[in-house]
Amino acid sequence: MRLLNRSAGRLSRHRRGPLAGLLVIIAGLLLTGGLFTAIVNTTAQADETASSADQVAQGRDLFLVSCAFCHGQNGEGIRTEDGNQIGPSLVGVGAAAVDFQVGTGRMPMAQPGAQVPSKPELFDDEETAALAAYVASLGPGPAIPTEEDYSIEGLSDEEREAAISRGGQIFLTNCTACHNFEGSGGAMPHGGYAPNLHETSARHIYEAMLTGPQNMPNFANGNLSPDEKRDVIAYLYSLREMPNYGGFGLGGLGPVPEGMAAWLLGIGLLVGFAIWIAAHTTRTNKKKVDA
Amino acid sequence: MSTPPVTDGHSHDEPVDENLPARDDLYANPGLEEHHWRPTDVDPKAEKRAERQVAALFTLSALCTVLLLVAYFTIDADDTIGGLGAQNLAFGLCLAGALLGIGIGIIQWARKLMADVEIVEYRHPAASSEEDRAVTIQALSDGLEESGIGRRPLVRNSLLGAVGLLGLPAVVFLRDLGPTNAQVVANPPFPGSGLEHTVWTKGMRVVRDVVGSPIRPSDLEIGDLVNAEPEALFNGGEDGEPMEGVALQVAKSKGAVVVVRIEPDEITPGKGRENWSVDGILCYSKICTHVGCPISLYERTTHHLLCPCHQSTFDLADSARVVFGPAARPLPQLALAVDDEGYLVAQADFDEPVGPSYWERG
Repeated sequence: MRLLNRSAGRLSRHRRGPLAGLLVIIAGLLLTGGLFTAIVNTTAQADETASSADQVAQGRDLFLVSCAFCHGQNGEGIRTEDGNQIGPSLVGVGAAAVDFQVGTGRMPMAQPGAQVPSKPELFDDEETAALAAYVASLGPGPAIPTEEDYSIEGLSDEEREAAISRGGQIFLTNCTACHNFEGSGGAMPHGGYAPNLHETSARHIYEAMLTGPQNMPNFANGNLSPDEKRDVIAYLYSLREMPNYGGFGLGGLGPVPEGMAAWLLGIGLLVGFAIWIAAHTTRTNKKKVDA
Repeated sequence: MSTPPVTDGHSHDEPVDENLPARDDLYANPGLEEHHWRPTDVDPKAEKRAERQVAALFTLSALCTVLLLVAYFTIDADDTIGGLGAQNLAFGLCLAGALLGIGIGIIQWARKLMADVEIVEYRHPAASSEEDRAVTIQALSDGLEESGIGRRPLVRNSLLGAVGLLGLPAVVFLRDLGPTNAQVVANPPFPGSGLEHTVWTKGMRVVRDVVGSPIRPSDLEIGDLVNAEPEALFNGGEDGEPMEGVALQVAKSKGAVVVVRIEPDEITPGKGRENWSVDGILCYSKICTHVGCPISLYERTTHHLLCPCHQSTFDLADSARVVFGPAARPLPQLALAVDDEGYLVAQADFDEPVGPSYWERG
């Protein structure tokens, strides 16, 4: 109580001080500003819902320019007369598929072929979101996952460890066949390949499982639950931080590069060294002096 | 060190053309080149230096060995240097230094200090002389004659019979190493034992591998792939516990399946298999019919399942027909149905043996 009285007294001593007026004005301004922002924000949110129609319209404009040539002007897909698919129908693929394909630069495709490679993105985040909104408006499909879908931030250490080990088992059962036991990717028939997963963002991995891009099978939520998907991502991220206790990883591609390194580099160096030794025995013209 | 005397390697009993001068006179024998000594042979200072070099290399090796032991006791196994395991890196470098120090030291010793001698060794024919060969052949035929093996067919044939019969115990004993397929089928030690059977039975649920949860047809979308197992793996042990030990391995090695959902229009059902799928959901053995690798490299657009071991490729939309590779048979298909609670179940066990072909299968 004495403490309170004393600080009150100190305050009242300062209230006529030279800076008191300034402080009061600043406090007042902050309060008004804060209130204003809060109120304006609610109106802005209302605006966002209104602007989603604009976003779809913007997405449609982009779609007509960049995607319609293969996917059709309404995203219905195009087939040639002999039945070959030029671009599949996008009805029902959802925003997640667009966010993956456009967000990793796979679409728009440079040329048709066995593999649709990831390349620098052509659209910025806003344009990708607009395209996703437009394609999502064509038919119901998986939405873009949010951070809480694929992040293990909120879990305790024990839960994280459990998630990583369960994710590892799921990964080894469902994904390693194509993507390699370390997620380093691998060859597929007809010149295709399953890409390396070391650089792929968590959101894109999640979307790939959800939508099954190109030749990859789906792992829809009924197949691998959202928690299982999150665990797989946690496992892949734990691999990235894993030190190479056994020496250089050599891409984690298994015994072939390791054997090549041992035979070509290791034994090659030894052979080269042996040849170098044999070629460098110096001789002299001096005669031996008998003692 | 004097050079060894040089003789020419020719024998003189060959016929000589008298019109030619004697062969040795045609070109003078140049003899051996003058021997050039190594600096260490003629210069005592260089010799001392080389001696010190060799000793230094051996000392380096010893130092590396000591460091190796120090690393073993002082470096924590979890420590890392530049993304590599610190302890293993230290082991590798120290052991390499220790071995290379000894190896390079010995070579340096041999090159610079050990005796410097040039040796001439003439080539000779590898065969024995005619005389030796004749003696050997004679001894052999004498022995055969003395043993009378040609003259006494009774002895010879009874010996051959006795030796041949000695092979029989090997066949009987080796056969006893494990039960034959017929014995296993007659008295199955585990559910689904034997080459022709698996753990699948009528009404057994198809569950997801690892997690063991059952699957509803509505869970799956077109293009989905599920790596699945028979439910018995998770509840077929004692008192409904998960299976364990050999029973688990036997069940898993033959019971693993892949479940895919394909656009029903794209499926060509096999003869008599029209009702084996549920809304385009098909189930096949995961064990390759070539040499039994588990397969799940699935391409949703082509419906092809590729075996990573030898590139056998199966078309899952067409009864897992072999479209490429060394496999001789399609993957066995598991007939699917839906149980009362709406989960996918097997209609029966596979109608043919899973996995690679074998002798008795024909």
